[in-house]
Amino acid sequence: MAIDKRVASAAEALDGIEDGATVLISGFGGAGFPNIMIRALRDRDLKGLTLVVNSATHPFSYTHELIEAGQVQKVICSAARGRGKEPSPFEKLWMDGKIELECLPQGTFAERIRAGGAGIPAFYTPVGFGTDLAAGKEVRRFGDVDCVLETAITGDLALIRGDVADRYGNVIFRHAQANFGPAMATAARITVAEVRETQAEPIAPERVQLSGVYVNRAVAVGDAR
Amino acid sequence: MKPLTRNQMAWRAAQDVEDGTVVNLGIGIPVLVSDYLPEGRDVFFQSENGVIGVGPAATPEQEDPDLVDAGSRRITLRPGATIVDSAASFAMIRGGHIDVTILGAFEVASNGDLANWDMRIPNKGPLVGGAMDLAVGAKAVRVIMEHNTRKGEPRLLDACRLPVTALECVKRIYTDIAVIDVEATGFVVREIVEGLSPDELRARTEAELSIPQDVGVLRAPDLG
Repeated sequence: MAIDKRVASAAEALDGIEDGATVLISGFGGAGFPNIMIRALRDRDLKGLTLVVNSATHPFSYTHELIEAGQVQKVICSAARGRGKEPSPFEKLWMDGKIELECLPQGTFAERIRAGGAGIPAFYTPVGFGTDLAAGKEVRRFGDVDCVLETAITGDLALIRGDVADRYGNVIFRHAQANFGPAMATAARITVAEVRETQAEPIAPERVQLSGVYVNRAVAVGDAR
Repeated sequence: MKPLTRNQMAWRAAQDVEDGTVVNLGIGIPVLVSDYLPEGRDVFFQSENGVIGVGPAATPEQEDPDLVDAGSRRITLRPGATIVDSAASFAMIRGGHIDVTILGAFEVASNGDLANWDMRIPNKGPLVGGAMDLAVGAKAVRVIMEHNTRKGEPRLLDACRLPVTALECVKRIYTDIAVIDVEATGFVVREIVEGLSPDELRARTEAELSIPQDVGVLRAPDLG
């Protein structure tokens, strides 16, 4: 059967995602948040999710709606501080001990996901050595560099945002939209690309930024963010 | 004695940015450095979200929500700019391909330890972002910060009191009253703001300062 990864709706794109899933969500600074898919995930009303997302509190991402709805058990991120004086939904639950947090240096966060998608179970990095974020982690010295052992992150679902996807799942990004998307797409059992538009004709090979090998489902949402 | 303003501190740091380098600017005062680059210096500003070649902030007509920097500012691109994904961006940072990072800080110790990520604010979550990666990975780490806290407490310390970001990484510090290098022997003062004596500078600093006889004068133009 001819491959066609385009699906008709955001809800359909989440078929097979269950309670307790680990969900990787892309986005940085307002670019690349798959907000239509995040809302669809919220509407699925799952419990006990682990979110792997760079910021737990960014105001432009709808991640906080999943958190506020009590669907999230744990967040792995590099930023967990709200901007306002009042605590963010994440911070309230975290202070009440109702949500677990793993805070990582952003590059270690990205590399753990990349490693997960590249078949590397763990790696040593100098980043974080001697800091609170390395507490309890295995350390080793290479030459004169002290390093911390970090393990790979994989997940059940990756939600990423791109500009265009073709029927084969190949994706193009706009500007800084890619951020964590390409790495996350490699590290999840099911990757959903939320894009502005999908097309039947293949994207020119040299323009593809994320191979369709890593994308299972593509949903066109127009300019909505 | 007139301490430097935020813009003047950024101006002073900009004078040391060398032609042809790749530079990452932290959020806050450091991002202002790009406004004061001396004429004729061709520099690529790297932003941790994968933009290499950040241009001036976007005007309202230029604004594009998909084109932002590490501080979520809407930006433009300079000629020759490229955009990579976050994993590649941090490989660039960790791999030693960034010549200089200029960061804000809460404290610096005389051995170069940096504390700039966790102020221990009550009722707020942690926020580390790319601070640790930059402090470890960039070839040179420079810091811009006020010499003292709002309460007048010192920030140049024998040992950091706040949680550290990285060990022995800071090479130069620009404060509102001095420019200070971190050498094997500790802090060495290179410039002191006009009208401040070495003893007055020492009184505002916890760690020992080495102040050479020929120490320079810290001056910046009136930037309004």
